[in-house]
Formats: sequence, C-alpha cells, structure tokens
Amino acid sequence: MTVYVARRVALAVGVVAGVIVLTFVIAHVVPGDPAATWAGPHPTAAQVAAARRYLGLDRPAIVQLLSYFGGILSGNWGVSIHTHRPVLSDLAAAAPASLELVTVAMLIALVVAVPLGLISARWPGRVGDHTIRAGSILGVSMPIFWMALILQLFFSQRLHVLPAAGEYSPGLLFSHPLTRLTGFGLIDAPLTGNWPMFGSILTHLVLPAVVIAAYPAGLLTRMIRAQVLDTVGDAHVQMVRALGFPERAVFARFAMKLAWNPVAAAIALVFGYSLVNTFLVEAIFDWPGLGSYATTAIANLDRPAILGVTLFIALVYVVVNLVVDIIQAAIDPRIRLR
Amino acid sequence: MIEAPSTLPAAGARLPRGETLRRGLAANPLLVAGGLMSALILVVALLAPLLAPFPADAGTATHPFLVLHPPSAQHWFGTDNVGRDIYSRVLYGARISPLIAVVVLVLACAIGVPLGVAAGYFGGWLDEAIMRVTDIFLAFPSLLLALALAEVLPPSLITLTIAIAVTWWPWYTRLIRGQAASVAGRPYIESCRALGIPRRRIIFRHILPNSITPLIVQVSLDVGGVILTASALSFLGLGAQEPTPDWGLMVSDGQNYFLTAWWVVTFPGIAILVTAFAFTLLGDGLRDLLDPKRIFLR
Repeated sequence: MTVYVARRVALAVGVVAGVIVLTFVIAHVVPGDPAATWAGPHPTAAQVAAARRYLGLDRPAIVQLLSYFGGILSGNWGVSIHTHRPVLSDLAAAAPASLELVTVAMLIALVVAVPLGLISARWPGRVGDHTIRAGSILGVSMPIFWMALILQLFFSQRLHVLPAAGEYSPGLLFSHPLTRLTGFGLIDAPLTGNWPMFGSILTHLVLPAVVIAAYPAGLLTRMIRAQVLDTVGDAHVQMVRALGFPERAVFARFAMKLAWNPVAAAIALVFGYSLVNTFLVEAIFDWPGLGSYATTAIANLDRPAILGVTLFIALVYVVVNLVVDIIQAAIDPRIRLR
Repeated sequence: MIEAPSTLPAAGARLPRGETLRRGLAANPLLVAGGLMSALILVVALLAPLLAPFPADAGTATHPFLVLHPPSAQHWFGTDNVGRDIYSRVLYGARISPLIAVVVLVLACAIGVPLGVAAGYFGGWLDEAIMRVTDIFLAFPSLLLALALAEVLPPSLITLTIAIAVTWWPWYTRLIRGQAASVAGRPYIESCRALGIPRRRIIFRHILPNSITPLIVQVSLDVGGVILTASALSFLGLGAQEPTPDWGLMVSDGQNYFLTAWWVVTFPGIAILVTAFAFTLLGDGLRDLLDPKRIFLR
C-alpha cells in the first residue's frame, strides 16, 4: 500500500508540474499587453514601462517561468492586474463559495441519481427505464448557461419564489451580518447562530446548485444503472436473493454496494468538471465564487488571475482524483496491483 | 428461476432478412429517436436556405422597426435586438454546431489515434512519455483548457475549433492505447512479427481495425459534448462573433434583454439542448448496440 501511495503521489506531483508549465505557456502568448491594463486608462509610455518592470514582464520567458514556479511553491501566485491584490488571497476568498455551491450540487445530483438509477436497473427495458435514461441524457446535454437564465427568469422574475442573484439578501448585511470563520456561508451562519442568514444563503443557493447538478445527476444516473445491472447477475447477489431478501434490499443494499466504488471515482471527476461549470453559472447568479472571479479575469485580460484560477482548479482536480484513487486502493486491494 | 418460454427462434434458425435489425431497433427506442432527430437536424442544416423565411437575417441584415418583437405568425420565434428573425437564425445555426463537432472530432482523432497506437504498440519509454503528457492534458477539465486557449487567441470559430480539439485528443489517445496494447499482446500479432510482416502492415491491418469499435462509440457520444463546449465558449464571447448565427452567441446576446424579451434567449438554447440530446441519444444507443460492456466517463 505504501508503495502504491508513493507512486500515485509522485505521479500527481509530475502532473502538477506539467500543468504549471502548460498554463504558463498558454498564458504567455496573450496578444494584449497586461502592463498597459495594469497601468490604468491612458497611461504614458513611461508608466507602462514601469508597470512592465514591476510585474516582471520585461524578463526572458524562461526566467518568468522559473520565477512563476518558485512563486507558486512559496505561495506567491502573482498579483491580479484587475484587483491589484495577491491572486492567492483572491482565490482563497472566492474558493469557499464555489466549493460550497458544487458540493451542494453534488448532493442534489446524488439524491436524484441513486433512486433513479436503481429504479432504471430494477426494471430494464420498461417505459420507466427508457424515460429515466432519456432524462439522464437530457441532463448531460443541458447547456447550463441557458438553463441558468431560464430558471432565473421563471422562478425569480415570473413566480417571485426564489431570489435572482447574490449570496444572501442585502438587507441582512445590517440586521444579521455574517461573521466569516471558514468562508463557507452555510457553515459559518449556523456556527454563529445566524439562522436568518442561513435561510437566506440557502434560498440563494438553490437555483445555481440545481443548474450545476444537471450534468452530474445525468451522468451518475447512467453510471449507477449500468453498474447495478452489471452486478445484479453476480453469484453473491443471486445468493442474497436465494436467501429470501426482498428484491428491494437486493438492489438497494447489495447490488448498489458494489456500484459505489466506480461511482465514487465518477463523483471525483465530475466534481472538477462542475467547478469549471461555475464559470458559466456564477456570473449569471452573481454568486461570489471562482466562476465569477474567472469571468471577470477573462473580461479584463488579467493574466495572473486567469493562470491562478486555472491552476487552482487543475490542482483541486488532481488532488481529488489522488484521494479517490488511494481510498479505492484501500478498499479494494486488487487496484494496488494494477 | 424458471425460464419463460422463449418466443425467439431456436439458435441456428435464420431470421428473415432485416428481422435482426428490426428487433435490435425495437429494443432500442432511444437509439431510433436519437437517429431520427439527428437526421432531422442535418436535413435542417442542409436545407436552411430553403426553410428559413428570412435567409438574409442569418447575416448582417437589420430591421430597426422589428426590434424585439415577440413570437407571431410571421416570426415564429420572435425577433432579436436588431430585428432579425430568430427562427431563421436558429435554422442557420444548425449548420454551425454539427460542423464544429465534426471538425473537432476529426482533428482530435488525427492527433489522438496515432499517439495512442504508438504508445500501445511500442510500449516502453515511448508509451511512458506519451501517456505522461496525456495525463497532464487530462488533469484539466476540457472546458477549462479550451477557455484558457480560446482566451489567448483572437476569438473566432476557427480558434474555438482548434482550442477544443487540443483539449479533446488525450481521451482518444488513452482509449486507443488500451485497445492497441491488448491487441498487440495477442499471439497472432506475435506470429505476424515472426513471419516478418512489416510493422506498418501489422499496425494498419491488425492493430487499428481491432481497436476501432470503442473509438466509434466514444466519438459518437462526444458529438453532444463538443457542441455544448463550443456553445459555452461562444456564450462567454470566446467563439463565434456577430453576425454569425451561432446558438451560444445568440443566447449570450439575448441575456441583455431576457427580462423583457424571453424569446431571444429561449429558442437558441432549446436548439443547443435538442441537438446535444439527439446526438447523445444516438451515441448512447450505438454503444448499447456495439459495445454493451463498456462504461464511459467524461
């Protein structure tokens, strides 16, 4: 096991190094001049030159890459050209909101996908199965930026049942201000006994979370159906059936148990994917996370911020996958031998 | 368990011509639906100039007196912020998304398949080198890398196509590598080598044809994904530019008016959804038909 973990960690470190180089190479050929953006509107040539020197853009590319590498390792991810603040602290401020959003979305996806996948696998080929499969493909085919707009239009502009945008109602800013402890509003509010704030965050979170959940829900439903169908014919599941367990338990307890391992791997992958999907959704709902940060960075040609956010998500992706790999190997010893 | 009496003819009995296909399709209503919808979309794309009531509206035409009219008998999907007929533009949009998907997938296969075959067939350090580079690309969700790339290059449909293709090939490399490695290890390939058959012939006559089925399935499943990625990039302003009737761009434009003019956003979005849905249904059905054991993850 130690050997397996060491090998996986070494691989992950290699991948992260490659990712850093790749993001740098991509961002280094941006045609616009970030120094001019940094210097503000109508800068003089001297101001641009000073900005370029300050930002280190006057050095050879390889030196910039090496110093970028060194900076990343020592926690210096550069200074945002738009916010004029360190990228890492910007990211640290934005990340909790996105992680919160994606986590809630994954929970919604699981709550939908597990029962639907099981129903689909229990009666394959029936009308219900075809409907669920079509529905899951619909979820995977959803242009989520469009879904976000439509849900916002319908639920907040027409029905007025859910708030349109923001993290919480601005009125609460004065009556029940949120004390930031962890940065996760849904954790901080109950910790400080701030229930009106908790409720407000929750209602603001529903629409973006449902939109982000569309893709994982569809994907996981399909996977669970396939996995359960695959295991339900296995000898040990037949055995459980022969022992007289009700059909419901055969599916929900025994066949599903075996499906969890690949489903967990899928959740890890789709978590990273959903973090990127926040780029398309957060700006629409004005949710103050990585997606809103990234869209602003793109609009402002903010190279350090774009690099930072790309790198951050790639890192989350690598780490989540690594953790899932190790957990899976711990559960299932056969994986270590591959 | 007691077997229900089978209505199928005994093994060996020949089914009448077309019967196998008919039964296969009858068991797969989603495949049939996906196939019909995809075919319909392609027909619309081909016949757009004939079907569109206002073909000029797919281009630079503007009608200042028709701005943001709601859907009516004349303009089925309403008009946009410069008075163009949205129905005509949506029909013309069917020429863009599927074409982008085809070009992206051809490019991605052109890069991914040779690398996968090389890694799987030759193994050793070449395999290691190719797969480690592939791992790095796979560490990015494809939309993220495409975003980073599209952001660097001047926004256009060509840029967008290249950006997506660059992020899509590693999936095929990994898929083909696995297939090629398993085929390359079989005894008959060994005997081919022993017989002195040239390497090129082994690869083209044996390795590739035996690795191709999962690739076909994956490519057909990916059409919807590419269409969604392309529309997302266009939505963020990193793809098609005005006045291209691209669905993602149309949704993005309509965003500014959608509180008062819901139709500008709604119809192009439905077009994206229906197209991605149709091709994914088709791909999913094909997988069931060709390769029922595999489970794909994206």
